[in-house]
Amino acid sequence: MSNVLSSQETAVHGVHDAHHEHHHHETFLTKYIFSQDHKMIAKQFLITGIIWAIIGGLFSVIFRFQLGYPDASFPWMEDLLGKWAPGGKLSPEFYYALVTMHGTVLVFFVLTAGLSGTFANFLIPLQIGARDMASPLLNMLSYWFFFLASVIMVASLFVQTGPASGGWTVYPPLSAIGDASIGSKIGMDLWLVSMAMFIVSSLLGGLNYITTILNMRTKGMSMTRMPLTIWALFFTAVLGVLSFPVLLSGAILLLFDRNLGTSFFLSDLIVAGKVLPNEGGSAILFQHLFWFLGHPEVYIILLPAMGMASEILSVNSRKPIFGYMAMVASLFAICILAFLVWAHHMFVTGLNPFLGSVFVLLTLLIAVPSAIKVFNWLTTLWRGNIRFTPGMLFAIGFVSLFISGGLTGIFLGNSALDIHLHDTYFVIAHFHIVMGVASFFGMYAGVYHWYPKMFGRYLNNTLAYIHFWVTLVGAYLIFWPMHYQGLAGVPRRYYDFSNWESFKQFNGLNEFISVVALVVFAVQLLFVFNFFYSIWKGRKVTDPNPWKSNTLEWTTPIRPGHGNWEGEIPEVHRWAYDYSKDGKDFIPQTEPVGADESKH
Amino acid sequence: MNTVALEQKKKIHPHKFTLWMGIGSIVMMFAGLTSAYVVKRNQAGWISFDIPVAFWYSTAVMALSSLSLYMASKAFKERSMAQYRRLMLATMILGLAFVALQVIGFNKLWQSGLTLTSTVAYSFLYVIVGLHALHVLGGVIALVVMALKAFGTKTRVYSQLPVDLISTYWHFVDLLWIYLLIFLLMIR
Repeated sequence: MSNVLSSQETAVHGVHDAHHEHHHHETFLTKYIFSQDHKMIAKQFLITGIIWAIIGGLFSVIFRFQLGYPDASFPWMEDLLGKWAPGGKLSPEFYYALVTMHGTVLVFFVLTAGLSGTFANFLIPLQIGARDMASPLLNMLSYWFFFLASVIMVASLFVQTGPASGGWTVYPPLSAIGDASIGSKIGMDLWLVSMAMFIVSSLLGGLNYITTILNMRTKGMSMTRMPLTIWALFFTAVLGVLSFPVLLSGAILLLFDRNLGTSFFLSDLIVAGKVLPNEGGSAILFQHLFWFLGHPEVYIILLPAMGMASEILSVNSRKPIFGYMAMVASLFAICILAFLVWAHHMFVTGLNPFLGSVFVLLTLLIAVPSAIKVFNWLTTLWRGNIRFTPGMLFAIGFVSLFISGGLTGIFLGNSALDIHLHDTYFVIAHFHIVMGVASFFGMYAGVYHWYPKMFGRYLNNTLAYIHFWVTLVGAYLIFWPMHYQGLAGVPRRYYDFSNWESFKQFNGLNEFISVVALVVFAVQLLFVFNFFYSIWKGRKVTDPNPWKSNTLEWTTPIRPGHGNWEGEIPEVHRWAYDYSKDGKDFIPQTEPVGADESKH
Repeated sequence: MNTVALEQKKKIHPHKFTLWMGIGSIVMMFAGLTSAYVVKRNQAGWISFDIPVAFWYSTAVMALSSLSLYMASKAFKERSMAQYRRLMLATMILGLAFVALQVIGFNKLWQSGLTLTSTVAYSFLYVIVGLHALHVLGGVIALVVMALKAFGTKTRVYSQLPVDLISTYWHFVDLLWIYLLIFLLMIR
């Protein structure tokens, strides 16, 4: 019964008695730990995501030391990693573990949970005019499943044989045979269990986001009046709900193969001189199941960043977003195409060339909605009255990175070129720029833009500008040269290139990249400092609408309580992008349309 | 009454909608498994298999349980609570019987040497049918909770929502089973 009551309460509660705390006797535990307030859950996702980003970033710094200085030894590394860095030199086994965990942590824990977990939770109810999510309880469970997944993944770092080390894509047979490598032992089991928990978390979250957007919008908030952030988060959730279960089925089959002797992905391979007892399994099958999630996952990471960039670019250009419906339609097109291109990750698996050409066509089609989006972002900026706030800079940086990284996708989407480029540093450069760094920029843009709403204070601007410029220049310095390495055939995931005559030319470059990576990582710590320092010491927000923005979240009190609005939820009369219209700088969504008002 | 709540009333209840989305994601999981099955089916070395007889009985039991839950929901609407309680109990028992029959079917297979690892086809059978049974068990747990509430005397809340939710879910796992059975019969 309680679920009914609570849901009706969500729909209605607080309307007569907004911000009254009568239904919650808030203690530290219910306010900060087991909170059902979407804003607090968002902060939990964000802070957990930041912790994961530091851990995952540190992994990359450590393995970059190995790549930059393959002959050197660092005593501090032995102090830090113990037996994994004997004599101060990273062991090959742990190098693979670090690469695997860097990918896993950044893709799933930071850029999926940390990004859409944070902003879907924070922005959906605030921007559509709802008191909270459709089911605050499921929402809380979503965070705690994520937390459980995190605990299990952290635990896997400390088991004797080390964490999973077969790459973040956990392809069998490496991931299916316990004896394949030391990272294929208990660390791999923990990886799979952690991911299962993670999938449950993102499903619970996604179900809630979709339901909330479709069912809980305030009066007047028709779908076509929603800010683009909400559209993007909506499509993100749809992608997650439809693709994560397929990964779950792959993970379950893999767990069976590992522990119960089935042969879904394993056949009579010869491993370490012995023939496996398995028969008739297909390792490629796993790749299909994995990439059916894996490719939509790219857009699960990217779409929220696109949505936030759209919003922030419009607000800070003081111009309506250019081509709103085209933006929505292109998000939709990307969402559909995301499910139809997975095999472009598998061009070199012996895929039927005809099938390959179909996937090439579908893959290259994604360029169309992507180009529409880029065009619209640029035309939104065009002749705008641009305010270079830190959030705006990161949003512009996002567009820049999306273009640079997206263009190399056209190379890789071509199955003939992919034969040469597959599994080289070209791929590393491509996806780090277009998906990794670009989404990070979207996330930073979101944090800088909505921080005043989250904590009632501003982040320090000077630190923010240092953060932006060093990260932007650094990201290009790290990843741009990797394209050339990839074209020259340097393969990814190798521990040491110093034995290859043909790769010796890159020794200096590798060292350079490693140094820049260290600097960029240090600057991210500056951001972390700024983030936590400003929660307590930042300049206080005095204006409820500091960016002069149209959307509903700025109609709440500076520090909104559980229920978001005091009194009634405001009614919406217009879309979110009436900037510089009829001589007015901005017209909030809550303002009724005037009789003589021009159409947008 | 305020406008927002009035708006809300016209729409499908959020929990029902969430359930439908959840059903969508469960469908995707089984779609993943059955498409993996189809891929394997078309590869060399596939050996056909037989469906255990117990699965036929379990299908009948599942269909019966759907019927009894439908009648329970109807009884609830008419507020004939004694009837509702009896039918909820019947549905719960039928649900458990379904799971038991699946286990019996598995047992038979296992004893005749057709274990989880005997052939890929049987591996799939165990995994797919087992996962479905777990989803039925989840429904049984919900039924137990609701039956306990129906027998409890303290609460007297006549909300249709939980009944509707469990009905939707239960009929879904019923249909899912029939789909899986037909699938396994057609492609083996």
